[in-house]
Amino acid sequence: MTTTETRINTETVLTVENLRTHFTTRWGTVKAVDGISFDLRRGETLGIVGESGCGKSVTMLSLMRLIPIPPGRIVSGSIVLDGEDIVQISEQEMAQIRGSKIALIIQDPMTSLNPVFTIGNQVEEAIKIHQQDIPKRSVLEKALEVLRKVNIPAAEVRAKDYPHQMSGGMRQRVVGAIGISCQPQVLIADEPTTSLDVTIQAQYLKLLKDIQKESDLSIIFITHDFGIVAKMCDRVAVMYAGRIVEHGSVRDIFNNPSHPYTEALLSSVPKMDRDVDRLFSIEGQPPPLHDLPVGCTFADRCPVVMDKCHEEYPDSMNVSDGHIASCWRLE
Amino acid sequence: MTTLETTPQQTERGQVILEAQHLRKWFPVTKGLLISRLTGHIKAVDDISFELRSGETLGVVGESGCGKSTTAKMMLMLEEPTEGSILFEGQDVHNSTAAARKSYRSSVQAVFQDPWSSLNPRMRVKDIIAEPMVINWNITRAEQQERVMKLLNDVGLNEYHSNLFPHEFSGGQRQRLAIARALALNPRVIVLDEPVSALDVSIRAQIMNLLKDLQAEYNVAYMLIAHDLATVRYMCTWVAVMYLGQVVELSPVQELFTNPSHPYTKALMSAALPSHPDMEQEEIILQGEVPSPLNPPSGCYFHPRCPSVMDRCSVDKTEVKEIAPGHTVNCHLF
Repeated sequence: MTTTETRINTETVLTVENLRTHFTTRWGTVKAVDGISFDLRRGETLGIVGESGCGKSVTMLSLMRLIPIPPGRIVSGSIVLDGEDIVQISEQEMAQIRGSKIALIIQDPMTSLNPVFTIGNQVEEAIKIHQQDIPKRSVLEKALEVLRKVNIPAAEVRAKDYPHQMSGGMRQRVVGAIGISCQPQVLIADEPTTSLDVTIQAQYLKLLKDIQKESDLSIIFITHDFGIVAKMCDRVAVMYAGRIVEHGSVRDIFNNPSHPYTEALLSSVPKMDRDVDRLFSIEGQPPPLHDLPVGCTFADRCPVVMDKCHEEYPDSMNVSDGHIASCWRLE
Repeated sequence: MTTLETTPQQTERGQVILEAQHLRKWFPVTKGLLISRLTGHIKAVDDISFELRSGETLGVVGESGCGKSTTAKMMLMLEEPTEGSILFEGQDVHNSTAAARKSYRSSVQAVFQDPWSSLNPRMRVKDIIAEPMVINWNITRAEQQERVMKLLNDVGLNEYHSNLFPHEFSGGQRQRLAIARALALNPRVIVLDEPVSALDVSIRAQIMNLLKDLQAEYNVAYMLIAHDLATVRYMCTWVAVMYLGQVVELSPVQELFTNPSHPYTKALMSAALPSHPDMEQEEIILQGEVPSPLNPPSGCYFHPRCPSVMDRCSVDKTEVKEIAPGHTVNCHLF
């Protein structure tokens, strides 16, 4: 093993420990994220997969400290980024970290860019806020450099464009440029390609990979698509009803899915490379988060449910080294 | 009379029901407010032909702007083709009587992508599903309700749901309602416009399986508009790959996936997401984006992005060539 590989495998940049984010609503407390733990190593890509309402976006907002308070609240847990617990620090301190150490690319580039400023302006803004030591006249240069990094052709000209003058793929690249403009350690990508066409998606994913390789960036990919996970991720956390039900390397998850939910999800997706006679379909719906059942939250839809599942939520159990799942079957 | 209409017509599986011949849809582009001048055409659909067979599914794949939605609209008679004709059971629908056009409209139904905007929020489920029957069939209220119950049953819902409003349903259930409404008039063809892409992963399989079961039961032909090749492989019998208003490749589904021939089809397949981290994929990353249909490139429309471009591609128009039974390609390589 070479020295760089050892470094990639050991150095942790982000550790999330037992994070709980709850929302107080008139229907009761919504436990959107309820005790999740994971870590992220330098240069790796972690995929957080799940259906809508499983808590993946609230996880993302918690990591960025962008939870609307009230009604939301980080009830307990810690998020240690670069040795510092960002749950405990003040809003002013967080504003310094947000964008410079941990950055975000969200799904819809039309709503994440300001329609009345040029894109050059918007990339410059991020640089001005976080890198105040850069002299004013070189800010534009720096912005152009970032735009070139995300393969915007003729960056000097396109920097004067407004978001509506660009195609969806180009806009998403600009959002990516803002994300990486201050060399963050962690980049959170929340379904960045769902609004893009397949060939444009392929371009964008390749670009993200290239940038990651170049700058040793750690990426958290939030998605519902196992195809993106298979293409992009090193490790995967599968979420269901606010908890991580299975966590392991991408090959562990695809070759040996150990939670019935992961297994069912994987076999309910049509495959491009082979014929499937009939897809497995998971009956029913995910439970409402304000009224979770006692015991395992997947029990009502689980094809291999046991009596015990309705009584107590299973602990996370070791399947193999680095591969854990929360299911009583593994006991 | 009503009994004749309400019983489904039996057709053999594989029989051609609908035939599109050389369809074109050009939208005029004008300039000037008071005195408007014609400055060009957006060639949304430019000479496409295909057939729909009963009990089979034709998948139409392509990126946004390739003309797949315009094609669907022409099928549904929501757009008049600029040129070309649609033959329904051998009869040209645009040059026929008003009665024939009305019967065509009730024989070709649609299910749309977004079940949140395709159901009227102020109507109860039973009225939503009965509405096509109220308009087209002369049957009593009791008969309508009986059929609504049967349809709800067919799509996996029950009698209890008939009195609810759309907002009381989840996305998957709403899509079931849209399917029930589409089935109400015993259609021969259903146009499915991305029917599962707005749904959650675990719900998609439910709806795809339901659509397949209903097709087997009622022998209806589907035209499935999709962008996901894996979905197409699972659902379809035939696939048409579209690029800039043209069908670049048309083939039986098996043949297309084992022997993709047009460079664009190959690029689409390599861009599709893998189903396993160890899946081998050819890496073809297309440069640039789809050109504007207002001013398409000369010669073959795909040549500026084509990895195997030749000199003649930028000059000569391409022609449709059959390279295997039923498998046609629109490319100079063949």
